[in-house]
Amino acid sequence: MAQIPDKLTEIIDDFASITDRNERVEYLIEKADRFAEVKVPATLATRPYDERHRVPACESEAFVWTVEQPDHTLKYYFDVLNPQGLSAMAMSVILDETCSGQPLEQVAAVSTDIVLQIFGREISMGKGQGLMGIVSVVQHEAKKRLQRA
Amino acid sequence: MADISNRGYVNTDVLVSTDWVAQHLNDPKIRIVESNEDPLLYPSGHIPGAVQVDWTTDLNDPLRRDYLDNDGFEKLASRIGITNDTTVVFYGDKNNWWATYAFWVFQLFGHNKAKIMDGGRLKWEKENRELTRDVTQYPATQYKAPERDDHKIRAFRDQVLKHIEARRPLVDVRSPDEYSGKKLHMEGYPQEGALRGGHIPGAKSVPWARAVNTEDGTFKPADELRAIYEGEKGLKPDDDVIAYCRIGERSSHTWFVLKYLLGYKQVRNYDGSWTEWGNSVGVPIEK
Repeated sequence: MAQIPDKLTEIIDDFASITDRNERVEYLIEKADRFAEVKVPATLATRPYDERHRVPACESEAFVWTVEQPDHTLKYYFDVLNPQGLSAMAMSVILDETCSGQPLEQVAAVSTDIVLQIFGREISMGKGQGLMGIVSVVQHEAKKRLQRA
Repeated sequence: MADISNRGYVNTDVLVSTDWVAQHLNDPKIRIVESNEDPLLYPSGHIPGAVQVDWTTDLNDPLRRDYLDNDGFEKLASRIGITNDTTVVFYGDKNNWWATYAFWVFQLFGHNKAKIMDGGRLKWEKENRELTRDVTQYPATQYKAPERDDHKIRAFRDQVLKHIEARRPLVDVRSPDEYSGKKLHMEGYPQEGALRGGHIPGAKSVPWARAVNTEDGTFKPADELRAIYEGEKGLKPDDDVIAYCRIGERSSHTWFVLKYLLGYKQVRNYDGSWTEWGNSVGVPIEK
């Protein structure tokens, strides 16, 4: 089984070391605050977005785009239409930080279980599935590129 | 949007405006409670003085699939500093979807001094009202909770089966793709928590969010709500209605609309919802 990107392993380890729920929440809010850095640029997509980029399970209305890099890795971009979708924004920032520019085999090996490792097991079912939907799209895009190669 | 009192609701006292909440922030008889789908929202900023009630950690039994018992409810009430006489005003994200869920659970314990802030967090934010990250701690209180009463507003699977046999109305408040079962087959979609897709036979599809104005999250006036539930779907105020969704959270919003805003006599929320029905052996399903 392929390993996941090192940066993702590091961040999961960071979250594993957090035992205080408030500390975890603060960490995630800090991530969400940086969402502008990963938001899809107007040169790539403008609203209304092509529905093919919508994350089907996400109640916060997340969208994902990819741009192939010269080294054939993917740069991921996101948008979250619900301005109150902070968790989806945090997840997007984490996925960009850890999966953009990483080997496709490793991104394709990322499991949706990382949502529970990052957000904690007490996350609600609907919210968890929405966030897993974002991870699924990121992973699926990497798999698609690998199949084409 | 017209004032709450001019929208034709059967019960207007269960709904308060953002103005009303702003005027009662320091009222010791009022406790403002935020209940969200997104766990990061309350800590990122909330109405001054508001406490958080989290569905997963505060309202559910940690072991069984069930709600907390009266002992657990008393502890929760003590933590958020309410007595049996405190008026609790709920608000939250997603057009008050989780706020109405918390409201519904509070009704299982008969705390009927409860209200919803119309428009929820969205309207409060759009009006650029104050939000704070300061968490107010209230002195612990003594709260006397009765045994949880599941009889009046909660429906269980076997009751739903009898409801179908009697051809009584059900409202499926999920999205059209969940209602049809299409979502279970979407590529890249994580499993939905059910083995089968579709809906309970005879259920009418009315996605929960049709009851709100999308621009500010406020509830639509009664005539528009009646046009949806009665004009389109044929429900009547004297009907015995059961609403359901996936786990009972979205359907608590519809329960609130039918029971309070339109004054239906008998409305129950089937919180087992699709995660129970879609996994149950032998129950009938329609697509």
